[in-house]
Amino acid sequence: MSIPNGSPSEPWSAGERGSTSATGPSPATPHDGLPQYHGAPQHDEPPQHGGAASRPGGTPPRGGVAPQDMVERALSLARPGSDCVAIAEEATTANLRWAGNTLTTNGVAASRSLTVIAIDRRADGTAGVGAVTRTGLRPDQVEDLVREAEKAASQASAAEDVMDLAGPDASLRSATSWDEVPQTTEIGVFRDLAANLGDTLRAAESAGRKLYGFAEHGVTSTFMGTSSGVRLRYDQPAGRLELNAKSGDMSRSAWDGVSTRDFADVDVAALDAGLAERLEWQSRRVELPAGRYETLLPPTATSDLMTYMFWSAGARDAAEGRTVFSKAGGGTRVGERLASLPVSVYSDPYCRGLECAPFVVARSSGRDSSVFDNGLAARPTSWISEGTLSALHSSRFSAAKAGLPVTPAADNLIMTAPESSASLASMIASTRRGLLLTCLWYIREVDPQTLLLTGLTRDGVYLVENGEVAGAVNNFRFNESPVGLLGRLAEVGVTSKTLPREWGDYFNRAAMPPVRIEGFNMSSVSKAS
Amino acid sequence: MNEQQIDADFTGLPLRQLADAALDAARAQGAEHADFRVERIRGQEISLSDGRLQGLSDSDDAGLAVRVITGGTWGFASAVDLTPEAAAAAARQAVEVAKVASAMNTEHIELAPEPGYGDVTWVSDYATDPFTVPTRKKTDLLAAWSANLLSHPVVTHADARLLQVKECKFYTDGATTATQQRVRLHPELTAIAVGDDGFEDMRTLAPPAGRGWEYLTGAGWDFDAELAELPDFLAGKLAAPSVEAGRYDLVIDPSNLWLTIHESVGHATELDRALGYEAAYAGTSFATLDQLGTLRYGSGAMHVTGDRTTPHGLATIGYDDEGVASQSWDLITGGVLTGYQLDRRMARLQGFGRSNGCAFADSPGHMPLQRMANVSLQPAKNGPSTDDLIAGVTDGIYIQGDKSWSIDMQRYNFQFTGQRFFRIRNGRLDGQLKDVAYQATTTDFWNSMEAVGGPGTFVLGGAFNCGKGQPGQVAPVSHGAPAALFRDVRVLNTAEENR
Repeated sequence: MSIPNGSPSEPWSAGERGSTSATGPSPATPHDGLPQYHGAPQHDEPPQHGGAASRPGGTPPRGGVAPQDMVERALSLARPGSDCVAIAEEATTANLRWAGNTLTTNGVAASRSLTVIAIDRRADGTAGVGAVTRTGLRPDQVEDLVREAEKAASQASAAEDVMDLAGPDASLRSATSWDEVPQTTEIGVFRDLAANLGDTLRAAESAGRKLYGFAEHGVTSTFMGTSSGVRLRYDQPAGRLELNAKSGDMSRSAWDGVSTRDFADVDVAALDAGLAERLEWQSRRVELPAGRYETLLPPTATSDLMTYMFWSAGARDAAEGRTVFSKAGGGTRVGERLASLPVSVYSDPYCRGLECAPFVVARSSGRDSSVFDNGLAARPTSWISEGTLSALHSSRFSAAKAGLPVTPAADNLIMTAPESSASLASMIASTRRGLLLTCLWYIREVDPQTLLLTGLTRDGVYLVENGEVAGAVNNFRFNESPVGLLGRLAEVGVTSKTLPREWGDYFNRAAMPPVRIEGFNMSSVSKAS
Repeated sequence: MNEQQIDADFTGLPLRQLADAALDAARAQGAEHADFRVERIRGQEISLSDGRLQGLSDSDDAGLAVRVITGGTWGFASAVDLTPEAAAAAARQAVEVAKVASAMNTEHIELAPEPGYGDVTWVSDYATDPFTVPTRKKTDLLAAWSANLLSHPVVTHADARLLQVKECKFYTDGATTATQQRVRLHPELTAIAVGDDGFEDMRTLAPPAGRGWEYLTGAGWDFDAELAELPDFLAGKLAAPSVEAGRYDLVIDPSNLWLTIHESVGHATELDRALGYEAAYAGTSFATLDQLGTLRYGSGAMHVTGDRTTPHGLATIGYDDEGVASQSWDLITGGVLTGYQLDRRMARLQGFGRSNGCAFADSPGHMPLQRMANVSLQPAKNGPSTDDLIAGVTDGIYIQGDKSWSIDMQRYNFQFTGQRFFRIRNGRLDGQLKDVAYQATTTDFWNSMEAVGGPGTFVLGGAFNCGKGQPGQVAPVSHGAPAALFRDVRVLNTAEENR
């Protein structure tokens, strides 16, 4: 399945899914101010997968030692007969940042880490787990790391999630062979982009606009080996570009963002032109009070809300009665209708353009992740099927506790509606009176019982009247639950690839539709512009 | 200065040799300025669920970083191999980055001057390095605390979590060479009550602290006392009536107010935000530079300082990541905006003369940014106790503990919840409430502050993980606050908000 990047031309269907990944929901982390706590981080950073801007093959490993060799060395040094997991990661990133039409920061970084998870099985059937990660390790230091993990395991209290390690799964095949060298990125990936950006920044300056933004490209290669015979790798480039345009007096603001694997599909001048149009829309100002409004959410806003709902959809907490997905009196709400329209929300790591690792990578155990699941295949999973809650993400351990099938989370999220064909433009055209948002910001959980979230509108709220944008409206603080919103869906448009504005730092593989919500709760007016 | 020594396995690294290789290579490539860091950051996270070990992980992140100015443009590169060859290669890479990025640059980067301090060391104030304490001892303590919580009939589940960090930094720009080490801990326990009609939870108020293992055994916080009363507070919350939305006088405990200070004052007085450098992401600030010295931020009772010197403060350090000696200064004096948080570039750009030492990078893989100092609301000398503040309220709410928070991108509109809300009637507490959130505009809120408590009410709160920048970086920061009285603040009923 291919993913239209912001294009409404290709309807989505959920029919072409391959198999899935399970790196899972990231703990919500900060963009500004403070991150929302979800307790301990529950999942590892996503492993990544190769693409056009990376350099497959031919590049010698940094530090002179192949990560595959580090994995094998760690496993061979583990105490004979013991269970052990080794995860090596090689990552390179490059970034550019600009503000007020000039460069602010930049950089390139390379990292190399090795995680060793030692398991100390005891006569009473329990086991201690020691998980130690170290960066910049030399080959002669691997034994130290293995012994450190084994010592930690021997001293550890009994792990609650003890079970056999996941074994090899013949259905899992890496796109790149185990032996190929890790792929990399470097500042050269931006050479053309920087020149184009320079031209665009100068043009904006001449036109009285200020441009702000960020471009980042990274490639991460993850190599996993276990004493149970798993050998899996995953290479993934991940990139994004965010562009924010403001009027010279900073009173008007517009934003657009794209996720990309290689920047070949990014046209900065076109993005800027679109933002210039949005700023023009804002030349007429309409002040509106707080209240409930019919509201059009573009795909990026939909993705931020659905992503938070996905992160909150863990099996264990639901089964323990601690989330919006808990059933009153015990059990979970799996099987319950949540949405007013037959939408589906699912993860699929083989979905073209949104690929992510099709197996579990867990450097430590959490509420719904387990180090014993490392290498476990994760299948395509529908979390909501035709409007009904159909699965909650889980480890083998938490699934057993919850009495649900094992459904590890994946590092992408897709929402679709059957036979939806409406573009955002056509949804605007069919609106008698309502608000059109650009994106949402500073989203935080207020009440886990209902998954009530609060946050702000940002970079353009528009009043739509009789099918046309009538002017720009002040920003609002909202208080809304994504689960509640599903029950008030009035229309769902065509799905396209999008960059979540709020969570894009941690979760940028999403495809979402624009949606029309009845009675979106704008709790108060924000003076921010 | 602590009597603790910097770890020998850090000082034993060839730090000066690496620095020489990097700085020499940068100069050879024509850099006008170069600075160099080596960092080693150790972390351990322990989590327990209902007294059983849920997760245990250790991390040890080391690397080097080179920052240059070449042709007036920044360049930054980092590496993980601690060899002279890698250091020199990173320097050359940083210069290359600057050359590529120069196509976008229109501002000639210069840094505010700072005296050279020669070869200096600094260690934070702690007694016992938590990384020398056996892990089993830590998990046993958390398990015992969890068992105590679970022994109360109202507690259905108990979560426990302990984060520990030890940060070793070596910095040199040629004039100053600083080798530093600091330690911090954040223990958290949460009790959960699940009933037929839903659930409630309550977390400990104990803040994260720049202390060692002694923090969990009695220095700076009485965990036994707090945990003993937590289940009864939870039971009270479970049975509490839902708040009636409206306007109330609020007495806010420092365990809640630190976060409001963080969001509405700390971030708003970062000069890079005020100048628009974070506009596309974290946002800007209503407290713009043209209002310095005139903006009526809050009432006359409002005196806010910035510092990187407070003992046990999470942002406390000897020298920042640009070699600037740590300082303390006023941000808001008598309710008027009087200062900003600066780094050397911003200080130079806006003619402040000298940076006040707020540059920080969270790892060797990241370029330093202007990050938050310890930003604290000062108590009133001979000021009232919390009981005295409550006694002055006829119809209000006393709020303890932080929970949910959100503020807009110019730091105007915010909304906060908390852990516990007590109804105040005629100067006395009258049971708990639930479903409470307070919402205000920053300057309205701080101008409604009628009184701050005395030094006896002052507590240093904070967080490990304040986020900023792209690529994202996290920074530890503390905020001290007394209890304070605010008049006529909007209170929402969060259950009604969802209907």
